[in-house]
Amino acid sequence: MNLRKYLVLGGVTIFSAIGDTLLSRGMKQVGSLSLGHVFQVLLTILNPWVALGILFLLAFFACYMTALSWADLTYVLPATSLGYVLLAVIAKYQLHEQITTARWLGILLITMGVGFVAGGPELTHHHVHRPTGDSRATPDPHPHATIEDIRETVSTRTGS
Amino acid sequence: MKALYTWSSVLAVVLASVSGDVLLSHAMKKIGDLGELRRRRGVLTVIGRVLSTRAFLLGLGCMAIAFYSLLFALSWNDVSLVGPAAASLTFVGNAFAARIFLRENVDRRRWMAAFFVAGGVLLLAV
Repeated sequence: MNLRKYLVLGGVTIFSAIGDTLLSRGMKQVGSLSLGHVFQVLLTILNPWVALGILFLLAFFACYMTALSWADLTYVLPATSLGYVLLAVIAKYQLHEQITTARWLGILLITMGVGFVAGGPELTHHHVHRPTGDSRATPDPHPHATIEDIRETVSTRTGS
Repeated sequence: MKALYTWSSVLAVVLASVSGDVLLSHAMKKIGDLGELRRRRGVLTVIGRVLSTRAFLLGLGCMAIAFYSLLFALSWNDVSLVGPAAASLTFVGNAFAARIFLRENVDRRRWMAAFFVAGGVLLLAV
């Protein structure tokens, strides 16, 4: 993991938390939606808070796609879950909400979960890169090998 | 009726999110490291390659369904209930789906992480 990858994971965390907060604020202004009013549902994106929230969520999406291009899904999701902790902090200091003992415990559990994956490899099996459009499946010779295992094997074979 | 609408929307969010995450992850792995590709070929190539991948477009469709389902859920109940409930169920669902469909090696460390984060997110709603 280099600095660029940490920044991408940080982007996923921060943009998602801010985007969700803005969406929530916008939806409180829009009010309840019903399935019978499709146009009303589509027009919710004209609310400024919802629109701003969508912009932040687009930034989140770009970072998320980048992270998924070099890390497993089961690595990216827990590693970026500190966004929920960030949401709680925003609620405490921006919205002046009370953080209960249960919430502090929740924050502790999330932090521990992040710690579990952060210590491990970001990719657990080798993905063969091939040009787009070629979806022929080829058997994976190392279905459960980590990227470190593969690098070690390559360096052993090449004697480097 | 409010509870029924809320939990139906949450279920839709979870199903659509898990499907979307799996499809997007599959698409990105197929394309390769976007950072490297951008350095070698430029941003336009990256955008073109991402947008021409079928799994990406399908994943995007699932994410759009998840987004509007979330808006429905948020319009029926508080974000402090809807957000954590949908997120924690999605975490666990993704761990199962990644193991089955993406053949990721979800070891004990990652299972623990998924359940710790899911539990933590639920506690935030208390």
